[in-house]
Amino acid sequence: MSTLALPHATGALRKARGRDWSGIGLTVVTGLAAFLVVAMVAVIMGNIVLFGWRTVTWEFLTQNPRQGMTAGGIFPAIFGTTALVILMVVALIPFGVGAAIYLHEYARPDTWFTRAVRFSVANLAGVPSIVYGLFGLGFFIQFVGRGIDRLAGLDVVWGQPALLWAALTLALLNLPVVIVTAEEALRTVPRETREASLALGATRWQTIRHVLLPQAMPGILTGAILSVSRGAGEVAPIMFTGAAYFLPYLPTRPTDQFMELGYHVFVLSTQSPNVDATKPLLYGTVLVLLGLTFALNLTAILLRTRLRARLAGRS
Amino acid sequence: MSVETPTVRPAPPRPEKQPAARPPSEAGAGGPAPDTSRLLTRDFSLFYGPVQALKHVTISIPSNSVTAIIGPSGCGKSTLLRSFNRMNDLIPGVRVAGEIRFAELDIMAPSTDVVELRRRIGMVFQRPNPFPKSIFENVAFGLRMLGLRDRGELEARVETSLKRAALWDEVRDRLERSALQLSGGQQQRLCIARSLAVEPEVLLMDEPASALDPSATARIEELVLDLKGRYTIVVVTHNMQQAARVSDRTAFMLSGELIEYDETGRVFTNPSQKLTEDYITGRFG
Repeated sequence: MSTLALPHATGALRKARGRDWSGIGLTVVTGLAAFLVVAMVAVIMGNIVLFGWRTVTWEFLTQNPRQGMTAGGIFPAIFGTTALVILMVVALIPFGVGAAIYLHEYARPDTWFTRAVRFSVANLAGVPSIVYGLFGLGFFIQFVGRGIDRLAGLDVVWGQPALLWAALTLALLNLPVVIVTAEEALRTVPRETREASLALGATRWQTIRHVLLPQAMPGILTGAILSVSRGAGEVAPIMFTGAAYFLPYLPTRPTDQFMELGYHVFVLSTQSPNVDATKPLLYGTVLVLLGLTFALNLTAILLRTRLRARLAGRS
Repeated sequence: MSVETPTVRPAPPRPEKQPAARPPSEAGAGGPAPDTSRLLTRDFSLFYGPVQALKHVTISIPSNSVTAIIGPSGCGKSTLLRSFNRMNDLIPGVRVAGEIRFAELDIMAPSTDVVELRRRIGMVFQRPNPFPKSIFENVAFGLRMLGLRDRGELEARVETSLKRAALWDEVRDRLERSALQLSGGQQQRLCIARSLAVEPEVLLMDEPASALDPSATARIEELVLDLKGRYTIVVVTHNMQQAARVSDRTAFMLSGELIEYDETGRVFTNPSQKLTEDYITGRFG
């Protein structure tokens, strides 16, 4: 019955088991996997910065491509990418947040319609991006665009690849991300807060508009951030729907075609008659694409941090 | 929608002339309730799916007084409270039977405008739940939702509400600060001020002090006593001393039934039901 015997007994047990080799082994294996991630990022970033930074000059950022894209800058592609992403977010956020509000606030969880919506959102997220590109071509350009032209008696204005259709195709691609993150954000608003609003005589919509959405805004911005990062780099959805190989002018209308950084990288690396001559430009373009994505992300993250601080009462 | 100023209602005569030692099931069942209380239930039952949470509750709440509802966890006291402003509507699968009346209004009727009902019957919750907005905007919220835009009017009403909730002196010089910077007790008084701003007639309080420390609790209790001249207050509480301190009448509930409902003094000193006595003397609960 002596309790003194116990430490001795467990000590003996530990000794009998010997060193914990499996624990050491697992630490090494999982640690290596984790290190590989860091190494990949370092290699990719290092490579791009090393070969790209010399190319990225003021002229490179502000001029048009020249001499069959073996010289000059990439300004039209920077402009096009920015315009594309902004248009996409403008189209995407109301739709995505609207769907999330429906799912979270109005839908009864067990109806066939709600289940169909959730099933579609989950499947939409799994569709390869090239399929979105083909869908955009078939639906937005051939069906919607041509339809508008026919109804308005125009020649071909809307029924061709354009900035608008590319932005809408990208928005569709990112819709699941925004719906899921926005719904998650609505779910984090405490029940008590919602009840407080309703108990004060606010209507359901007033509660959504003035209590739920402001509190869900950081989460909604997270969705926007994710979609911007993804949207700015996707090539497949826009190559049939609006991106141009080369354009001597900037898009000024939604029906114009545009140059885009990701597509420009694709063009420089595969479609150029002189791949060696375009190599520095290629590195520079990739560096700018990454920089632009980071900049857009950073803006959204700063905005989110400020919103969070305000919601937490520190401002 | 106009924001009506509360009119002074005549204090209702206390309903029972006869000694109140009688089974609660007959508390209002002997024909149409003769008293002038404006908030009452008749044979009210509520089901969460197959579970019956309230069983044939008949209770009539006198105006301009404090009514406490006590009972062990899960006895249905919060459910009853949340029936008065139809907060239970938010829970899927709730069914009700019987009736709740507020003056001329049939609360459970589908035609009842719940938004207007909740404006007239305010609610304070267990945990302080201010919005993550400024102190001013918290109190002004209900008024803004009613469509009040005039800044001067808003400021005047916010000030009045904060004064009634005994918070004005502590926050007058930091109305634009976040409400979340206030202490728990201050937040709860802010929530009370927020409810008062839309000038309700009834204030429902669901364990309003259970998340607060003793001194903050004492301030809430003082406030309740202070407010009862102007509002009809129904307070659900776990704390029997609190019920004894603040209420005029006390209802004791158990397993969804109203066991006893009488003047507070009598419930605590000379209950008519054995179950009530067992509960208040701490034999269960």
